[in-house]
Formats: sequence, structure tokens, C-alpha cells
Amino acid sequence: MDFTQTGASAGEELQRISSQYLTFMLDGEEYGIDILKVQGIQSYGKVTPLPQTPDFVLGVVNLRGAIVPIVDLRLRFDMKQVPVTQNSVVIVVKVQELNKERTVGLLVDAVSEVRDVGDHERQAAPEFGTSVNSDYIEGLATVEERMLILLDIDHLINSGVMEQVESAQDRALQ
Amino acid sequence: MLDDDSFAEIKQIFIEEADEGLDIMESGLLELTDKSSDSDREAELINDIFRAAHSIKGGSATFGFNHVAEFTHLMETMLDEMREGSRSPSADCIQVLLESVDCLREMMNAVKEERSADSKRNEEVTRQLEVLLGYESKTAAENHDATKENESNSLVSETEKSASDDAGFNNWRIRFEPSPGILQSGNDPARLFRELNNLGQLEIDADISQLPALADLDPESCYVAWTLNLHSDCSHQDIEEVFEWVADECVLSIENNRQVGAAEHSEDATGQTSQESQTDTTKTENLEEKLSSKPTNTGNTVRNEGGSIRVGIDKIDSLLNLVGELVITQAMLNRYSSDEFVDAQHGTLGELHDGLAQLESNARELQDVAMKMRMLPIKTTFARFPRLVHDLSLQLGKKVELKIIGEQTELDKTVLEKIGDPLVHLVRNALDHGLETPEQRSAANKPETGSLTLKASHEAGNIVIEVSDDGAGLQHNKIIAKAIEKGLLQEGETIEPEAVPYLVFQPGFSTAQSISDVSGRGVGMDVVKKNIQDLGGRVDVKSDAGQGSTFTIRLPLTLAILDGQLVRIQQNTYVVPLLSIIETVVVDESRLNLLASESMVYRLRNEYIPVINMVKLLNTEANELQGKANPATASDIQDKLMVIVESGSRVVGLVVDDLQDQQQVVLKSLEANYQQIQGLAGATILGDGTVSMIIDIPGIIEICFGAEDAGALGEIAAA
Repeated sequence: MDFTQTGASAGEELQRISSQYLTFMLDGEEYGIDILKVQGIQSYGKVTPLPQTPDFVLGVVNLRGAIVPIVDLRLRFDMKQVPVTQNSVVIVVKVQELNKERTVGLLVDAVSEVRDVGDHERQAAPEFGTSVNSDYIEGLATVEERMLILLDIDHLINSGVMEQVESAQDRALQ
Repeated sequence: MLDDDSFAEIKQIFIEEADEGLDIMESGLLELTDKSSDSDREAELINDIFRAAHSIKGGSATFGFNHVAEFTHLMETMLDEMREGSRSPSADCIQVLLESVDCLREMMNAVKEERSADSKRNEEVTRQLEVLLGYESKTAAENHDATKENESNSLVSETEKSASDDAGFNNWRIRFEPSPGILQSGNDPARLFRELNNLGQLEIDADISQLPALADLDPESCYVAWTLNLHSDCSHQDIEEVFEWVADECVLSIENNRQVGAAEHSEDATGQTSQESQTDTTKTENLEEKLSSKPTNTGNTVRNEGGSIRVGIDKIDSLLNLVGELVITQAMLNRYSSDEFVDAQHGTLGELHDGLAQLESNARELQDVAMKMRMLPIKTTFARFPRLVHDLSLQLGKKVELKIIGEQTELDKTVLEKIGDPLVHLVRNALDHGLETPEQRSAANKPETGSLTLKASHEAGNIVIEVSDDGAGLQHNKIIAKAIEKGLLQEGETIEPEAVPYLVFQPGFSTAQSISDVSGRGVGMDVVKKNIQDLGGRVDVKSDAGQGSTFTIRLPLTLAILDGQLVRIQQNTYVVPLLSIIETVVVDESRLNLLASESMVYRLRNEYIPVINMVKLLNTEANELQGKANPATASDIQDKLMVIVESGSRVVGLVVDDLQDQQQVVLKSLEANYQQIQGLAGATILGDGTVSMIIDIPGIIEICFGAEDAGALGEIAAA
């Protein structure tokens, strides 16, 4: 009895102070997304392009019957576009927007691993100009002497992607 | 006790059933106004209406919607008088009852939306009902008499009355112990029970504990006592009245058990006997049913016939999605079994072929069945028109006979919901502008009664709905004059006769002499057209002056699946809805003309058709839409294919790179995970699993030429 209780509270403790992140590579830097937002990882296949769309939205794919847009994170963060390699993958994330859920695929250079990031390892993002707007950064963490950039994926998709999509469409139709 | 969820669910079912009941009442009342029906039919109709009112009353009392129950009670009283033949179904009564149906519908809507109903109208109709029933004076007089006789007594009955009104339905528990000699005085308990059964739902429990041994039994004495449970909205007094003749020869107690549970509880005391007499109860009930030829019983059996269940539309939609997936997977497998994928060394894959062929037919069939689940007969939409025509023709002083044909034609629920308003508009217009007054009609040598026909039918994968009248028809000179006045046409401009009727679809167009309550505010026909286009359909009009006019609406069977023509534009495959394609031609440079060095038109036979270069419009290279999508030079599109499409009455040519297959595609929303894109109706998944965009013809036209009203000239030229 005592045993299980200690076990449970220790587990709770662990959950409170650390979260799991899926980490991936983008232009030599390592990024992390909250694992609870990740639906799956897919290889990059044939994408159907869309008109009236900003260039970082590569198009849409069929994901088990749903039409899902694919965002090139390199292009979104104004990095140089590179050809798709064997390592390139699409991370499928589910983001919350008001009372709606949206499934979006993110094209990244490669996925690395799933790792725990403790609260004590995490710090706020510094306020200076990076190609990744610091609005979309949840924080930075140091993992094995390397920097891990933790992305706020809800905010990135809602305001960083969908808002831009809307303005691109308005521009196109003017 | 019911938890909140199941209560809400039951309430929902009641509301839906009440809706159906109101429809039955309305259509029944309308048929009653038609005097041609014989008396048998009339009695049947009154019974139907009465039953519908009765079940609404019962249900609303159960759910505590007392105002609804009280109101329905008045209607029921009037209907009951008609049923008994003491009141004839006069036009006055029916009109008031029709208004009551409206009132009731409003009350039910209020209940559904959990707001309070429009009590003013309610009171007004209640008053009308009471006047017709002769209630006001009578109740007042009764009260007066009662006060005179015994003040305290009337008080008691007043409280009782209000108490029973509060709950609507009561469970009366009646203990009836007749004296042994009751049979000798000519009274038969069975007769009393039959009367009680007319008041409500009766359960009879015989207490045979006093029954002596057979040797001691006097066949002319009554040894049996009864416990009766009556579920009814009647008052204490009503029950007493039944027992009036036997009051001296029995011990009678009448209790009101509000809760069913309490009644059962008290029965525990006589637990064993009730167990024993259980079979007796059923027997008595069976007997009662056989004895009484009450219409309620037959009504119930009729109702159960169709055998349907209510299923949430979301469940059907997810089933449809899955079936769509199955069809796609099957198409994918089929590709792999085709010759190019089969390795010759491994021999034939005959069995796989056969299996896949079977899978294909099964999947298609499954898809058809699943699609049909969304289909409802158009009857539900047509049902409102008899009433509408009845009211409007009275208001306008016109005589109209409404014919409804093909009300069993089925179409998609979504389409069905959205087609209602445009149809109402067309019908109103036909009544207001189309049909003439009886005087005008007889002057024109036509029968005084005009005819208005609503007709639905299937035609080559489409639903065709026609609204036609034999009225004055559209008068071309009036329309042209109006169009010039509104600036839709230039003075002296010539226009082809067939194009004239289409002018009425222009925004701001109305030929009504005065703005009437019915139609003629100039909003309408353009909205009708837009709504129909939004559903992927189109509307045509044909009219001969003096002979009437016909509006024909063509709609796709469903919004979820459409027949598409696959076209290639650059490397991508797009789907053009087959319904909007007129023909496909190879572009001949000599027929291309540049208009004001901006837009290009193509001479097809004797018409000039605006050209849209799809490569430019859907340029995905730059990932942004490029300008107005006009071809830079004519040679750019030389020898390419042009798909001639129409939307409404506009015709345009879409330049594409290649034509591919025709196939049915399942429409998927882009909005779910991304957002809507103007010019695209959505996306679909092709047999190879790739995504293809479905082109939205009206959207494309709007991008290139602006909204419909800006293109009046082009439209007229095209029509």
C-alpha cells in the first residue's frame, strides 16, 4: 500500500518538473515540440500545391482520408530551402485553435529523439532577433552541452502560419 | 430517476415527435378545407388531427410544459366536438385551428430553444378558441352557480382543478368495492371500467380474496373488489361521475398518486394477491382492447409501420467518410493488380483479380447504401407549401390549386435544408406576380382557379425541381423597361428574347407595381439564384406571355460526392464538376480575340466567350495567384484544350493542358485543417492516394470578373 503511494507521488513529481519533447533538426539547430502535440511522423511524399498560398505552405497531402497542409519549417523561418533528403520527415501535429483542432504537417530536416526536459534545465528565450521569432519560442534548454529550442507549436501555427495564409490570400485576390 | 442526459434525450425525441404531429395536424386541417372529401375521409382526418393533438398534450404535460398542454387541451376539446359530430368543421374553426398549430409550433420552438414563447399571440389565439368553444360565458356562469350553491365546495373543486392542471396527468388510484347485490340492480362493473378507460390509461387489478368456495358461491352476487390505476388528465369529479349510478352500492375511494412509485409501494401490502392477479390484469386488458374499437390503438399500429431509427447526422457522415476511404483503398489495390505491376515470373494473379473485382462491386454497393442514408424524400420540404399557398391565396384574393408531384423523390439532407427558402421564394413570386386574379383570368378565357405545380424528379444523376404556374407569364417588354430603368440595360440595346427572363435574376430587379407584403422588395431572385448555385445547381426559366412560367432547378443529388472530369493543369490534376461542363474544344488561334488588350474572348459558333487561362490562375509555381489570369498572348494557348463551362447563365472557357478520366469523387473540405481557398470547392483523394483540387466554377468566375452584378452585360451576351 505504502509502496504504490510513494511510487505514484514520485511519478507525479516527475511529471510536474519535466516534460517530454520530440526533437528535430533544422538548419543545424536542434528544436523540440511538446510530445503531446505530435500525432505521428511521416515520410515526405507527393504534395499537391495550392494557389493563393504563401510559399512556406508546400501544399496538402492525404493523411488517412483527411486533407492536411504541409508547412516547410525552413521556409517559414526564412532559412535557405534545401532539397528533400532521405532524412527529411514530416512531423504531424495537432494544434488547438479556439474550439477547433487542426492537423498540420511540418517538414523538417530530420528527427532526433524524444527526451525529457526538466524545469530546471529550461530558461526563457532571450529577446533578440533570430530568424525564429522569439514569440514562437517557449524556451531554451541545455541538453548534453547542446542548445535545444523549444517551440510553442500552437502559437506558431495559429498566428505564425494561418494568419499569414489569410493575408496571402487577401493579397492574391486584390 | 432519469439522469439529466437521458432526460434531455427523451425531451429531444418528444420535440421531434411534436414537430411531426404538428405537420400531421396542419396537412389534415388543410385537407379538411377541401370540401370534396367524403364524410368517411373527413372523420379519419379529424381523428388523425385529434390524435396528434392528444399526444402533444400528453407529452408536454409529462415534461412540465404546462402552457403547451393547456393550450393543446383547448384545441383537443374543439377537435373532440368535431369527432363526436356535435360541431361541424367549419371554415372558421379550421382557420383558428390552423393558427393554433402555428402558435403551438412557436411554443415548441421556444421550448426547443429554451426561451419564452410569444405570449401575446398565444393569448389572442386562446381567446379565439375559447370564443368558438363558448367557454368564456359558460365557465363564468358555472362558477357563479357553484358559488351560490356551496362556496366551500366550489373552492375545493377549484383547488383540485388547479392541482390536476399543474401536473397535467395524474395517477388516480381507485378502490372499488361493490356491494354483493350490485349485479342485481343491473349495474355491470365492466361498463364502468370501459368508461374509465375512455378517460385515460386504465390498469385493473381484481381482488378475489373474498371469493367463497364454489359450493357457497351465489352466482348473482358480486364477490370481487377492484383496485384501479387510472393514468389520465381527468379531474376527481370526472371519476366520480362514472361511479355516480353505483355510489350507493359500493365502497369507493379515489386517491391521487402523483408518483407511480408510491402507488406500487402501497400495493406491497397486498403483494401476494397482486402477484396472483397479474394474469387477470393482462386478461382484462386484452379483453378491453378487443371490446373497445378505440382509434388510438389502430393509430399506434399505423405509426410503427415504417420501421426507422433516428441516427445523428454526424454518425452517418463518419460512416460515409470511411466508405469513401474504402473505395479509395480498393482503387489503389486495383492499380497494383493491373498488369504493369505484376511480375510475369510469378505467374498470373487471377484470384487476386477476381477478389478485387468483387471488392470493387461490394464497395460501390456499400457506398450507395451509405449515401442513401443521408437521403430524405423531398416531401418534408414540399409539406409546407399547401399551407403557404392556402394563406397567400386568401390574402391575395386569388384562387389557386396546388399540385405536388414526385414528393417521394429523395435528395441529400443538406441540400434539402437549403432548398426550402429558394422554393418558398419562387412559390410566393408565382402567386404574387405570376397568377392573375379570378377576374383577370376569366377575362383572358382561363379557368378562374389558377394552377401552381411543384414537381420533383430524378434526371441523369440530378434532382430536377420545377415550379410552374399557368399565370400571366413574364412580360418581356416590362422586364426590358425595368432593366433599363435599373441601369441593367442600355437604352436601345438589343437583347435576345431567350435572355430576357434571366434579367429577373439580376440584383435589385423587381417588376412589382407596388411593394407588397408577399414579394417584390427586389431582393429575392438573385438570392434564389445564388443559393442554388451554392448548392452546385442551377436555375433556368422558361416563360410564355399569357401561358405562365416555369422555373427549373437542377441540383446534384448530394454534396458529398460529385461526378468530375479530371483535367491536367501543369503537373497537377484538378477536378471540374461534370455538371457544369457544356463541351470541350481545341483552341483555334484565329478565333481568339483580345478585348481592350486585357481580356480575351473566344468565338464559339456565334457567341463570344470569355477565356480563363487556368495555368495562370492556378499558378502554383509562384504559389500566389497571378493577376487576372488572362493569357499573355494568343499563341500561349494555341492548340490547348478549352473546357466550356457554365455557371448560372454565364459561360466561360477554361484553358487546361489535358483532359483525363471522368470519375466520381468524394468531396473533402480544405477548411478542416487549412482554410477555404477561393476558386476551389474543396479537395478529393484520387485512386492513387494523391490529393486533387476540385474547381469551383462560380468562384473562378468571380475571381476573374468580379461578383455577378458587375457582369450583367457578359451574362446577357452569354445567355
